[in-house]
Amino acid sequence: MLRLAPPLTILVLIGPVVAGLVGVALPAFGYLPVLGGESFGLAPFADLAATAGLGRSILLSLAAGLITTLAALLVVTFFIAGWLGTPVFAVLRRIVSPLLSVPHAAAAFGIAFLIAPSGWLVRLVSPELTGWRYPPDFLVVNDPMGLAMMAGLVAKEIPFLLLMALAALPQTDAARSAHVAASLGYGKTAGFLFAVFPRLYRQIRLPVFAVIAYASSVVDVALVLGPTNPPPLAVQLVRWMNDPDLAMRFRASAGALLQIAVTLSAIAVWILGERLVARLGAAAVASGRRGTADGAVRFAAAAAMSLAVAAIVLGLAGLAVWSLAGPWRFPDVLPASFTLEGWHRAAGTLADPVAATFVVGIVATLVALVLTLACLENEARTGRDGGDRSLLVLYLPLLVPQVAFLYGLQVLFFRFGLDGTLGAVVVAHLVFVLPYVFLALSDPWRAFDRRYVAVAATLGASPARAFWRVRAPMLLAAILVAAAVGFAVSVGQYLPTLLVGGGRVPTVTTEAVALAAGRDRRVIGVYAIVQMVLPFVGFWIALALPAVLYRDRSAMRAAA
Amino acid sequence: MTIWKRLGAAALVLGLATGGAAAADPDPKNWDAVLAEAKGETVYWHAWAGESRINDYIAWVGAEVEKRFGVKLVHAKVSDTAEVVARVLAEKTAGKTGGGSVDLVWINGENFAAMKREGLLAAAPWSSALPNYALVDTAGKPTTTSDFTVPVDGLEAPWGMAQLVFYHDTARTPDAPKSAQSLIDWAAAHPGRFTYPQPPDFTGSTFLKQMLYELVPDRAMLEKPAEETDFDAAAAPLFAYLDKLHPLMWREGRAFPENASALRTLLADGEIEIAFSFHQTEASTAIGKGELPDTVRSYVMDIGTIGNTHFVAMPFNANAKAGAMVVADFLMSPDAQIEKQKPEVWGDFTVLDVARLAAADRARLDAIDLGIATLSPAELGKVLPEPHPSWMVRLEEAWKKRYGA
Amino acid sequence: MNRMTTIATRGLVLERIRIARADRVLIELSLAVAPGEVATVMGPSGVGKSTLLAYVGGFLAPAFTGKGRVKLDGVDVTDVAPALRRIGVLFQDDLLFPHLSVAGNLLFALDPQVRGRKARRAAVDEALAGIGLDGFGERDPATLSGGQRAHVALARVLLSKPRALLLDEPFSRLDAGLRDQIRQLVFGAAREHALPVLLVTHDAADAAAAGGPVVAL
Repeated sequence: MLRLAPPLTILVLIGPVVAGLVGVALPAFGYLPVLGGESFGLAPFADLAATAGLGRSILLSLAAGLITTLAALLVVTFFIAGWLGTPVFAVLRRIVSPLLSVPHAAAAFGIAFLIAPSGWLVRLVSPELTGWRYPPDFLVVNDPMGLAMMAGLVAKEIPFLLLMALAALPQTDAARSAHVAASLGYGKTAGFLFAVFPRLYRQIRLPVFAVIAYASSVVDVALVLGPTNPPPLAVQLVRWMNDPDLAMRFRASAGALLQIAVTLSAIAVWILGERLVARLGAAAVASGRRGTADGAVRFAAAAAMSLAVAAIVLGLAGLAVWSLAGPWRFPDVLPASFTLEGWHRAAGTLADPVAATFVVGIVATLVALVLTLACLENEARTGRDGGDRSLLVLYLPLLVPQVAFLYGLQVLFFRFGLDGTLGAVVVAHLVFVLPYVFLALSDPWRAFDRRYVAVAATLGASPARAFWRVRAPMLLAAILVAAAVGFAVSVGQYLPTLLVGGGRVPTVTTEAVALAAGRDRRVIGVYAIVQMVLPFVGFWIALALPAVLYRDRSAMRAAA
Repeated sequence: MTIWKRLGAAALVLGLATGGAAAADPDPKNWDAVLAEAKGETVYWHAWAGESRINDYIAWVGAEVEKRFGVKLVHAKVSDTAEVVARVLAEKTAGKTGGGSVDLVWINGENFAAMKREGLLAAAPWSSALPNYALVDTAGKPTTTSDFTVPVDGLEAPWGMAQLVFYHDTARTPDAPKSAQSLIDWAAAHPGRFTYPQPPDFTGSTFLKQMLYELVPDRAMLEKPAEETDFDAAAAPLFAYLDKLHPLMWREGRAFPENASALRTLLADGEIEIAFSFHQTEASTAIGKGELPDTVRSYVMDIGTIGNTHFVAMPFNANAKAGAMVVADFLMSPDAQIEKQKPEVWGDFTVLDVARLAAADRARLDAIDLGIATLSPAELGKVLPEPHPSWMVRLEEAWKKRYGA
Repeated sequence: MNRMTTIATRGLVLERIRIARADRVLIELSLAVAPGEVATVMGPSGVGKSTLLAYVGGFLAPAFTGKGRVKLDGVDVTDVAPALRRIGVLFQDDLLFPHLSVAGNLLFALDPQVRGRKARRAAVDEALAGIGLDGFGERDPATLSGGQRAHVALARVLLSKPRALLLDEPFSRLDAGLRDQIRQLVFGAAREHALPVLLVTHDAADAAAAGGPVVAL
């Protein structure tokens, strides 16, 4: 049984991606008989190429993928370099961690309200400092260059990369390397960059690629903050897929393949950049310059990190205020009055989506957990961990743009009459939940002291008993945190729920984005808060449960 | 993996190959049988969900049909009706001829034309055979039988009347422009304070058509498909006009709001001074909620504004056809229509012929206070019929080509 | 010759053990340990002493390959699952399960043949009394002193009714004063239960105290 886990896991991760890609590849080459596409050809690509503004859309996607990732990585790297082991680091780290579970859409709405000309920042200083009685006509949000979109993405990806980096740090022996560098006279930042970063980067390379893939194919954040005319390629794709002119399906499918090419190109450019940086870095190391005067750099890194954190936190605070706002006109900093009406109105309609979110999230998480535990236990017993290739398989669903394969996957589910069922939505979520659960659990699992299992065995415990009575309970905290991560990922899923669920499985996130079309900030506020609270509930349970269960076991609490 | 690949391909190929007849549809002429069949059915109604007051109204409808007919109604919330068209098409692609995921869809215009053209709608005529259809004002409201000039043919049931209405804050903007020329003059005097939703948003495209009505060399051209006329010549004055208007607009025309709701929010924030909507009571409702100041008033253009009817349609593979018919019929009932017209509920005007209503119903309808910023039928003036849907398609394409890059 | 036969039928016998990692041979060894006798394998750290015990106990990490036979009281247990070998092990750390109480740790080890809550509880209480830890059953192992934990670890392994005992430097983490005391306790228990004991250590004092045959690696 256990031996079936790895192939099953690979199937869950790769199957839907491959099936979905086949589903878009056929129409991309003209094959979709129900619309009269009976033979293969390149017409859809010709049609695609003739689209007005396509070049700009592609450039936007490429830029979003590369600039976002570069900016986020720089901030994270220099922040760790300059501040690791300081109180500032500890404080910011504690604030950043929960931000990871804030859904992208919610964060984007918050930031939009913060930086818009009628937003909180301008309200804070108007009309007293600016003389503005009405909002100025500045193109800040939805700017054609996509700067607002990229800023929003950077703010949201910084927590992700920071936590990935922190997870990898123990394997880099950072503290001792830093001491050695310092004793050789290197500044804090330079010492980290020269002595630790190359090892750290190797560990977080796949997460970095995932950020490139995500940012170059993002839909929800782009809808809120991104350029509209033309939008980035992925937004354009979704529009085509939903165009009432059904012939657009061909163009959309060709576009999906183009999206994959764009994402791959972004990653390729990044890899070239890696080589360049490696060469420059080697030269810098060889120069022996100590970089002791790094005060300004350290300050800038902390400022950038704080700015990103503040943007999300303040934005969410703004949404929370909106969810309670009565009349609230420019330039008032706060609403004229507060009311619970928005929450009252939402209360009735929230029940079903919240229930669906829980059911889908919990089932997907449990399945992911079972597969992950089975794989890890199998690995522990056989000693085969699949190596680097298995890591690539894990990251595959995160590296292939969602829009590109989900559309094709839809057809597959229809064919088996599974569309719109909870089960189908769970399967679609699983594709994205499983990698995160696996990544979250594999490190603590592999770090577990094997001797406990040996002791259990020599005391007469079968492998199953050793697993259930020793390994699993001792790793309960890690298992629960992995589950909370999986649940948070499930809560945030938009496209998979929408496409596979067909509107019959409305979750909080699909409802939030559907309602967002109304631009009613009170409703958006309510849903964004709910969207945010659900993952927090998961993490709260993950922390509280071991604390309660093991309240009399101090070694377990210390471990958690 | 290879198995999955094969499955995926097989799914597509098989899906396309299978066809087959669906079970016999319920017959609305035998209404008692429809009611009996509908009882206990669950109807998935895919409807745009961008306005909470509309969602609340749909929830009210759900409670009523459950109480009255034992039909369970589920509002599948949609951000763009085109998604529903895509979904039904995908089901047809996959060979799903029955048990579809959509039972009822809120629709009109381009989306209706597309579904009709692709044969995605349930067999006609069902809507005109519904009991309450007899009350529909087909003579006084011709758009109930001709959806953007496309004949309805009993394929969709009229649900509500919409007309493009502009609004402004009289305290800030005393004199609102009521023609294309005065609009551009006003914009020159108030740079950055006017915009329109980005086509192909419905309201944005309607603004283009509204301006086209004033600028087109010959209005009769609009009744025919755009392909049969000289579209470029017809649209040239419009685009020349927009070329001049855009630099005077909000964000100099380099960004556009997403839809009518976003437009209203911009007005509420004071970023723009003129907004418009397809809901005649939009301004009153927003005033009631405290979203807009009570100095906001509505107006229409001197030449009148575009009006249309919105409908509910049933896909060919709907799973609960009897239930869907019961819901569609209830939507046309005096009770539902009167409730919908209340501005605090929705403020969407009725499709029924008021003269044909029972005296009590008529009194209820008259008793509705439409709100401080709502125009009376007389003030609403002339309704300009929608051009053929092809105009919308061509205008959106041309707009995108010109301003989309 | 006569003595060898006796040993071959009773006690722990290792025949031509050969443990390798990849292609590097770490250990080659044959050894017989009589019941009640403590055999010591000496060597500096890193030569693979622990892997020898892992092989004998049946929990060799998959990265290693082992050859040779392990016989216990004349029965070849080389291919028997570790849970069925009944070869107990004590590591350098006590490795008490931190999520279980002291009694929970002992119950985990107690033979399932002892049935009934009361009977099992009584067996555990008796074991606790035997190491002078009366009434410590509900305690959190983390709250015990190092010496107490070593006692509990020994009681735990004895409760599983082992037929042989493997010791992986079990005294090296203890204070010098405690070390001798625990050493005597463990060796005494082994003699009392007539267990063949295999000890690996780098501490010559351990080997001296064990008094049995010594193999240097």
